[in-house]
Amino acid sequence: MVRTVLAGFVAGAVLACAVAPSMARNDAVSVTIDNFVFGPDRLVIKAGTTVNWSNRDDIPHTVASKDRLFKSKVLDTDESYSFTFTTPGEYTYFCSLHPHMTGTIVVEAATGRAASQ
Amino acid sequence: MTANNGDHGDGTTRRKVLECMTWAGTGLLWTVAGGVPRSLGLVDGALAAGAPGLTFLQISDSHMGFDKPANPNVKSTLEEAIGRIKAIPQRPSFMIHTGDITHLSKPAEFDDADKIISQARLDVHYVPGEHDILDEEAKLYKERYGRGSNGDGWYSFDAGGVHFVGLVNVKNLKAGGMGNLGADQLAWLAADLKDKTASTPVVVFAHIPLWVVYEQWGWGTDDGAQALGLLKRFGSVTVLNGHIHQVMQKVEGNVAFHTARSTAFPQPAPGAAPSPGPMKVPDDKLRSMLGVASVTFKRGDQRLAIIDTPLQG
Repeated sequence: MVRTVLAGFVAGAVLACAVAPSMARNDAVSVTIDNFVFGPDRLVIKAGTTVNWSNRDDIPHTVASKDRLFKSKVLDTDESYSFTFTTPGEYTYFCSLHPHMTGTIVVEAATGRAASQ
Repeated sequence: MTANNGDHGDGTTRRKVLECMTWAGTGLLWTVAGGVPRSLGLVDGALAAGAPGLTFLQISDSHMGFDKPANPNVKSTLEEAIGRIKAIPQRPSFMIHTGDITHLSKPAEFDDADKIISQARLDVHYVPGEHDILDEEAKLYKERYGRGSNGDGWYSFDAGGVHFVGLVNVKNLKAGGMGNLGADQLAWLAADLKDKTASTPVVVFAHIPLWVVYEQWGWGTDDGAQALGLLKRFGSVTVLNGHIHQVMQKVEGNVAFHTARSTAFPQPAPGAAPSPGPMKVPDDKLRSMLGVASVTFKRGDQRLAIIDTPLQG
């Protein structure tokens, strides 16, 4: 439980300062940006999971949710951004600079942890 | 000037010298305002650059701050472009910059751009690229270039009998979409054009192409067709864009579309690579893929003559 709460706080901090080195966490998954594509472009995770996006292009990108739940600052080459998903649902996001780049995170209820959400 | 060798002042040699001077003169004009494929039929336009009329320049995509292998020294290529502009014998009236002045919207990057571009000693009319408005609310861009503009930085002005409209299509982009003008800007454009007679030549400039160049890479503007609809009644419309870092032209009815080269790095032709983005070319090829455009309007001509000049070649 404590770890989940902490992850939430970390995500908040990351939102505030946007670009931060990725945190080593057991329940973190990665999305890379290569050649103007989010890979994988669709990810299914359990609630409480932190997603880390890292930009490997020579061009800056952003990660912005369609419903404005989260938005990274600009990620230059090799910079990354993390967000922890606590509520089940389907989240569409895109690069606000190159909006043809889109991705989806599907968050499923985390059995056993759901009570803490 | 080998024709000068052995010159003893006789008429023939004098003619040779004159020929040589003519050639040199043409060559100079060609260099600064030419370098265009003959097949495009712009040679006459290159010569017309010295004729009376309105001539202005377009530069684009300077990307100050970019330092990746595709061009680790974007300052020097911008300096070369400005050097070319300074060398034009017939002083252009002004310059437009179609955005991506900087790479990351940093104050130092804007400073570098201003320092170099101001050496041309020309008025510069800017529109932002997506790289210029990365800070909150595009404060830095607006402080520097947004004075007297509307909304996110759109505006119009008149010069030499031509109506110029600078549009912003890099704000509030929608997931899965391309460039975006938005309802407010379209309403402003409709009002701006309302009192103009159909015979007024119109030049519209914006960062992302207003027409769809390549949807898969987002190279187009979602509501660009609405803007073009408002321009339909005009006899001469020229649309100038940047963003794609290569020359592309299209003529549709009374509308001529044109995109300019970058001064920083080239991008692949649509579909020629897995994605858009900086394209690394051999060092000796880079300058042939960067450059500036010169646009001349002569009264009575329906079309504006656009001449793309690479930095080299």
